[in-house]
Amino acid sequence: MTATATPSVPAATKPRYGSMSRDRRWAMRWSYFFLILFVIFFLTPPIYMLITSLKTSQEISAITNPWWVFDPTLSNYKELLGSGTFLTFFRNSAVVSVSVVIITMLISVPAAFALSRMRFWGSATLATGVFLTYLIPETLLFIPLFKMMAVFNELTGIELINRWWVLLILYPTLTVPFCTWIMIGYFASIPKELDEAALIDGATWTQTLLKIFIPVALPGLIAATIFAFTVSWAQFLYPLAFTTSESQLVLPVGIITTLIKGDVFNWGQIMTGALLGAAPPLIIYAFLMDYYIAGLTAGATKG
Amino acid sequence: MVDATIKQDGAVMRADRRSSLQKTFQRKSTIAFIMTLPLILLIAILVVYPALYAVHLAMLNKSMQKFVGLSNFTFLFKRETFWMVVWQSCIFALTAVFFKAIIGFFVAHFVHNIPDKGQRKWRGMLLIPWVIPPAMSTLAWLWLFDPSYSAFNWILERIGLSGVPWLGDAYWARFCVILVNVWIGAPFFMIMYLAALKSVPEQLYEAAKIDGANWWQTMRFVTLPMMRNIIMITALFSTIVTFANFDIVRVLTRGDPLDQTHVFATWAFRLGIEGGDIPLGASVSLFMVPILTIGAIFILRDIVKRGNEA
Repeated sequence: MTATATPSVPAATKPRYGSMSRDRRWAMRWSYFFLILFVIFFLTPPIYMLITSLKTSQEISAITNPWWVFDPTLSNYKELLGSGTFLTFFRNSAVVSVSVVIITMLISVPAAFALSRMRFWGSATLATGVFLTYLIPETLLFIPLFKMMAVFNELTGIELINRWWVLLILYPTLTVPFCTWIMIGYFASIPKELDEAALIDGATWTQTLLKIFIPVALPGLIAATIFAFTVSWAQFLYPLAFTTSESQLVLPVGIITTLIKGDVFNWGQIMTGALLGAAPPLIIYAFLMDYYIAGLTAGATKG
Repeated sequence: MVDATIKQDGAVMRADRRSSLQKTFQRKSTIAFIMTLPLILLIAILVVYPALYAVHLAMLNKSMQKFVGLSNFTFLFKRETFWMVVWQSCIFALTAVFFKAIIGFFVAHFVHNIPDKGQRKWRGMLLIPWVIPPAMSTLAWLWLFDPSYSAFNWILERIGLSGVPWLGDAYWARFCVILVNVWIGAPFFMIMYLAALKSVPEQLYEAAKIDGANWWQTMRFVTLPMMRNIIMITALFSTIVTFANFDIVRVLTRGDPLDQTHVFATWAFRLGIEGGDIPLGASVSLFMVPILTIGAIFILRDIVKRGNEA
């Protein structure tokens, strides 16, 4: 298997041109073969989601081939999209994710600009600090944050726990460090002459940022936006820890806590909900794949 | 600190800039500071402070009224479940990262081997597990592993094997948790390694070919050294993220059967939020810090090194 994995170079003590292309052709065939196997492995769960979402509960509990839909129906979709709670989850998720994207951009774009172009005391340390913050997982912070909110409530009387908008305060801790970091990388790749020319022409720093940096670094900005959106949409721990009422839940937690009631699993609806919950990131990915991948690889390869 | 920053910076700037730009540059550090202020506040209040606060919390008693020093930690050390969680977290992270790296490496090569114009399509399909929110895709796995309606068991029974108690047995449950993690994470490795493969100059392969290198020598002396940085950094990133993973274990097993699949994050959630013992939960989550620090140091060293080379 490994032999086919590398770009094939023939063990040539003497040149054998014909065999080289033959080797390459075989490497390609084996590659296709294994790619098909891996695509099956990678796509089985989402496809199975789709299959189950099209079944009635009678068919799900019947002893038939689970990999086939004998009696396709859209009733799960109708029921879910017609129910108020699911639409509440969806709306909460959409509002939270879009707002977090805006907050993230408002914080990280100016900060990245300042850190990459306006060298000031401590700017290099701060840039490294931003990167280190990105490495601190939310699983380390949720307990102290939970307690901090309780203390805040005692001090000011403002209740933060079980309010959907508290997620607007929490999610930026996940999105801002990474977005700032990749924007520093994108801004640093813009030639210095460009902003120097603008400054000599009398542009202010704000104008330089808005009129030159943002348009030129637009691909980076899109990648960062996609990242912020998908992270906010997928976040599971914070809403699980900080929100409990049905009206305050976002989609992932809502599906898991309300559709799973005790031991009664309505799998048709759960899979439908999961598929609808996965749809927005998948749609963004389908249309903006190149930006998505650029953002993915930028974190580790830039800087 | 604020004033010191501005003054010192202003002084340096004044010394080496032409007078016509003086005014702009004098104000530069002020503007820069205002632009970074929200970032600094966010990191200070919502990341650095909670991280330090966790250390303080870990030294309180359950009702959080008395300082108890390290007794939360000594209490944990005496519990068998704690050592099980340490062991399980390490096994989980290391095995999962290892298999993600291996699968990612081979799949990247397979994609690299096929003609350029088809690569986009395959890459697009292979990255889907990474795009779906983990909590949602883990639900699909939960359903595939269902004790009575498992679609995998249906296939196994069809080919004459007996069904597997996927999530009912401790060892199988651990296997499943790792499998789902590998499924979600391998596409990320694939994308990173593919980017690294594409950045290897074609001339190096040509030179190796002319020197008569076989595929293993090419791999050993051309591909691997060129990819080393990316391999390392991707593995380190992934180790940190996997070690701190919450979603998969929480949705798939909730730590069951009998707490046998808990990792640090899920056990901390169980004790701290669900069990109401915040100090104990904080103590458990703090045990992630050593591993995270080691990972962070290595990643940082790599970044500083590359910064110096550039």
